[in-house]
Amino acid sequence: MKLLTLNFLTCARRTCKTSPSSFPLHPREAELEILESELNLVFLRNILPRLMWSELRGIGEELGLPSLPESPPSREDLVTKPSPAKPSSVTEPSSVEEEGGEGEEVPSQTAKDLHRLLLETTIKEGKLVCGNCGHEYAVKEGVANFLLPGHLV
Amino acid sequence: MASSSSERGSDYEATHVHAVYEDIASHFSSTRYKPWPIVDRFLKALPDGSIGADIGCGNGKYLAVNPHVFIVGSDRSSNLIKIARQHHPHAAIVADNLSLPHPQHSLDFAISIAVIHHLSTPGRRVEAVKCVLEVLRRPSSEEAQDGGKALIYVWALEQKESRRGWDEGHEQDVMVPWVMKGGGEKRKEKGQRKKGNEALTERQEPAEQPKDKTFLRYYHLYRKGELEHDIEEAGGTVVEAGYEKDNWWAVATLK
Repeated sequence: MKLLTLNFLTCARRTCKTSPSSFPLHPREAELEILESELNLVFLRNILPRLMWSELRGIGEELGLPSLPESPPSREDLVTKPSPAKPSSVTEPSSVEEEGGEGEEVPSQTAKDLHRLLLETTIKEGKLVCGNCGHEYAVKEGVANFLLPGHLV
Repeated sequence: MASSSSERGSDYEATHVHAVYEDIASHFSSTRYKPWPIVDRFLKALPDGSIGADIGCGNGKYLAVNPHVFIVGSDRSSNLIKIARQHHPHAAIVADNLSLPHPQHSLDFAISIAVIHHLSTPGRRVEAVKCVLEVLRRPSSEEAQDGGKALIYVWALEQKESRRGWDEGHEQDVMVPWVMKGGGEKRKEKGQRKKGNEALTERQEPAEQPKDKTFLRYYHLYRKGELEHDIEEAGGTVVEAGYEKDNWWAVATLK
């Protein structure tokens, strides 16, 4: 399960949802696995405002991952600054424009780190624990299971 | 006809819905790959970066439609979720429609495609719709139209042109067979209006072939206006609604 998913999950018990301590769920005894995927800059940029940064930082710390900066990156931080146009491009303006394309943005190290953390770092085995009721949800073969036993429904 | 409504509920669904999907998962999945046009349109119209849930996502066929949004797909069947999790950049989890693990009012959209009709009492169906609506962001003000949106799809009672032939006035609580052919490679669902030539084909099958296995799934077939009623009852507002090939659908927001 991708770490990004934890940004949108809480305890499945109705009584926990109104309690702030039920979010985020805390990974325990987690075995992590890196599953590489293609970095999508537009996707990263768009989900940026939805990230609960301090909660994600906390999860990273609990998992023993390199710590995240205190404040979230800005949209601009996700691309490397374009190098100033070389004078040679003036001689062949049409071909450069068509081939290069204006949208050719290069992901920065920040974008790569964020992609690695949120989309490539996955919990393969372990538990997700509610901070409110203490219920543990199992993660097996990369899939978290939120089905509740009858007495908790 | 299915059992009387007093016998239905969570245990009934465990046997007549959940267990069946767990058994037919891979076979079912091989027949579910083409997105329905209205669902396709709904997902493609979402702004890039939208966050949503596909509640009862099955094999995750709708997770493949738009890679510029993030969807947490959930289903009761872990066998179906194993198939659904291949779709990037999305996520897939095992969860129950009535106990969803999403923070309340946090998502931009939700889809519930061919799911609510598997809940076996009127109260549980309204509750299921309520749980879908509860994950949606509230509008920024009372008049604003910017709240999260849910697309809900259910099987229609009115489908006399289909091979099952159900129509207005028929029994709404039905058991629908899923037939796994002996080899497992083909499927045939038998409806109430079985065609003569189908029966013939079956009889002509060589005797040494492995036998077909039939699984029965419970469905509540929605009559016209019933989905809208359930949505209102669950505290939602219907924004748009219609009928598409044997199904009733509606787009709803929180009131």
